[in-house]
Amino acid sequence: MTLPPEVGTGAETAAPEAVLVGAAPAEGRSLGQIAWMRLKRDKVALAAGVFLIFLILVAIFAPLIVRLLGDPPNEFHQELIDTAGGTLTPIGRFGGMSWDHLMGIEPVNGRDIFSRIVYGSRISLLIALLATLLSVAIGTTLGIISGFLGGWVDTFTSRLMDMFLAFPLLVFAMALAGVFPDQAFGLEGNQLRIALLIFIIGFFSWPYIGRIIRGQTLTLREREFVESARSIGARRGYILRTEMLPNLIAPILVYSTLLIPTNILFEAALSYLGVGIRPPTPSWGGMLSDAVVYYTQPHFMFWPGMAIFVTVLAFNLFGDGLRDAFDPRANR
Amino acid sequence: MNQSRSWRARGLAAVGISAALLLAACGGGGPGGEQGPTTQAGASGFNAGSTTVVNPSDKKGGTLKFANEGDWDTLDPGETYYAYSWNFSRLYGRSLMMFKSAPGKEGNQLVPDLAEGPGQASSDAKTWTYKLRQGVKFDDGTEVTSADVKYAVLRSTDKQTFPNGPAYWEGQLDLPSGYKGPYKTPNMNTDSAIETPDKYTIVFHTKKPFAAFDYLAQQPNTMPVPQDKDTGAKYRNTIVSTGPYKFENLQPGKSFNLVRNDQWDPATDPNRKALPDRIEVTLNVNPDDIDNRLISGDLDVAVTALGVQPAAQSRVLQDPTLKENADNPLAARNWYTSINPTVAPLNNIECRKAIMYAMDHTGYQTAYGGQFAGGDLATTILPPNIPGHTAFDLYPAGPDNKGDVEAAKKSLEACGQPNGFETNIAYRAERPKEKATAEAFQQALSRVGIKLALKPYPQGDYFSSYAGNPPYVVKNKLGLALNGWAADWPDGFGFLSQIVDSRVIRPAGGSSNTSVRIPEVDQMLDTALTELDTDRRNQMWGEIDKRVMEEAVIYPGVYSKTLLVRSKNATNIFVTDAYGEYDYLGLGAQK
Repeated sequence: MTLPPEVGTGAETAAPEAVLVGAAPAEGRSLGQIAWMRLKRDKVALAAGVFLIFLILVAIFAPLIVRLLGDPPNEFHQELIDTAGGTLTPIGRFGGMSWDHLMGIEPVNGRDIFSRIVYGSRISLLIALLATLLSVAIGTTLGIISGFLGGWVDTFTSRLMDMFLAFPLLVFAMALAGVFPDQAFGLEGNQLRIALLIFIIGFFSWPYIGRIIRGQTLTLREREFVESARSIGARRGYILRTEMLPNLIAPILVYSTLLIPTNILFEAALSYLGVGIRPPTPSWGGMLSDAVVYYTQPHFMFWPGMAIFVTVLAFNLFGDGLRDAFDPRANR
Repeated sequence: MNQSRSWRARGLAAVGISAALLLAACGGGGPGGEQGPTTQAGASGFNAGSTTVVNPSDKKGGTLKFANEGDWDTLDPGETYYAYSWNFSRLYGRSLMMFKSAPGKEGNQLVPDLAEGPGQASSDAKTWTYKLRQGVKFDDGTEVTSADVKYAVLRSTDKQTFPNGPAYWEGQLDLPSGYKGPYKTPNMNTDSAIETPDKYTIVFHTKKPFAAFDYLAQQPNTMPVPQDKDTGAKYRNTIVSTGPYKFENLQPGKSFNLVRNDQWDPATDPNRKALPDRIEVTLNVNPDDIDNRLISGDLDVAVTALGVQPAAQSRVLQDPTLKENADNPLAARNWYTSINPTVAPLNNIECRKAIMYAMDHTGYQTAYGGQFAGGDLATTILPPNIPGHTAFDLYPAGPDNKGDVEAAKKSLEACGQPNGFETNIAYRAERPKEKATAEAFQQALSRVGIKLALKPYPQGDYFSSYAGNPPYVVKNKLGLALNGWAADWPDGFGFLSQIVDSRVIRPAGGSSNTSVRIPEVDQMLDTALTELDTDRRNQMWGEIDKRVMEEAVIYPGVYSKTLLVRSKNATNIFVTDAYGEYDYLGLGAQK
């Protein structure tokens, strides 16, 4: 489908922009407006975006949804489990799927998978979003400073990024989450676990975005409008905030959208390895980990796997669309 | 006994899951399609092997294949400390006494092996004399003497060389102070503990009366070790055999074979049939793979006998032909929960009783794997297959065993906490069954307003730093802690001493007992150990059990049961109550 950039096709794909300009010749459009116009034409990205909004609503209204369509996520339904035969698997086809239990029930204790998936979305999204926010904040700050100041600051920051990128993160995360006490910093139990996961995931993935921002800053720094601002005596802080940052919004937005799915997967991996959220609080990775020993009960693994897959896919598609929309040279 | 197997099994399950999926897909085979020729009309059917001999045969020859999902803890008789390993060690070693190779309860009987008869006790039960059989030889042809037995016992007391072995000998024997085993203190006179007046006589002296000494004498630690061939911690790879089989091609961590020992003389050994010619053991095999191969007939014994994995469990129980070829023995193990009276408000017995009543007993059972793979509902500490078990139920859990909510509420009122209270439950993070049990506790206790928070801890330090560490328990309010115990041998002392004696609680942590602190019980244990009459002694164990249960400091969960798949190739299959496993000494092979 996508061809390598050629002059001929390039001219064709440039057409919509020409039309845009023609449609409203009177006023100039901001980068944001142009991007939005282009995004609207990308049906896949739009669908992914709609799904993500839906997912966020599900996470926010989880208690309401579960009250209407399911049972409390930690409630046992052992009467629906084959205890008499001793197999401890759900009675009925497809893992005990019914109108009461839309996605069936877990083996052994018979908890409703649907409501656990719904509640699990809260943990996944909360941790992934906040961790992304953390790494974007650190990455952007250090990236801009490093690119703008150059010199020894740049060298130091770049080496720091190399160091973080070379860090055996998973091993470290497992060790840290394993030995961390139950109470610290005034937090306790799951609150502390969530904070810890956000810190581990966010604090160690900032170099990815930091490098991109540094590169962008390096090119922006030499652009004419920055030169001119500098020549009329603008101070560093002003240039950084007013001239540089607005031009960095696009890459920041795009790469944070692409960082979120990585973080969702990382959280799932940690929960899978048993160093994530404390049971019985549902999380998708934790559900997968529970399901492993029951590989003869495919539904148990299917739903959390599906939830992770669809969410990660949606974030990736949306991020791709966003990148294309912001990049005037994008070639589709 | 050591119970750190299941986490390892789970870790392997996670790593090898893709391989297991693959094998599940192609290794199914047709159950019942290729049943071996039925040699003799013995008993058969589900669980027949637990009480009778399935496929009885005296035919010699053939090969049996064993697999272990992890590494062997050690084959060295001086250090090994797993039930399956003690069961297996009888194939290559001869201890003073041994458990009879017989089905069911009969397997609990002690019979003389290297000794001519049971130990002769002095009237104070502190001196025990054994006479050795004459003509027993090592696999190099030298004769076994009492000095070899003495040496074997003494070397096992060196806990720096053998850190994981049982610690009974150094605890009970009257060893000179400062004795550190024959490696570090070779010239110390140890006659105060063990005397060898002649080549065939060995005399043990204990510090305190120890009426159940024959159980100590059946430990593999008394299997003779020739001093000139002993290589300390490395002896595990060069073991000199005294039993009907010796080692061949031992590759640590991978595999080894047992082949016939031509120096073994059946005339000196009334206990062993020694039917198969060869036994091949593979180590570190994926547990799901083991199940599939057992079902297909490619493998004969899952040697650790922990029972099949959940995947094979539902397969075996759903398929009548597979179920017919499975056994469901009771292991001498109790999965229980400690209720710590050191954590308020559980210092009040009424609050402890509220937990006893409120818990959903069937929920406990289901969490552990249900009635077949999990076990029977326990109401006492001693499991039924331990002599001395007395059946009683002080805290009936209602007609459906789902807990007696009314009684629990009454207890809460009597405790002054009518609306319930908050506390924590500790469990081992690596064990899915304990996690499920903790969740079941949380659900069941919430019915009466008791709020539980789950506290998973790493299994390796569970007793030393967390649930078995008294100050930590108090500081972190671990009101409940999941626990489990299997006896080192089927006897009240072996089962109770480490879990109900308050004197084993160590202030720095490390003991399985955290909750039982009853001075009266300590007294009762001491009295029982001076009682030489076995029946009277067994009765006393039952009384101790009841006294502990009256204090509501232990919630007995399930008497553990395992689901074992019977080999298609093996003959003479039966479960011995001594280990709750197939008797590895009795098995024969068709081909």
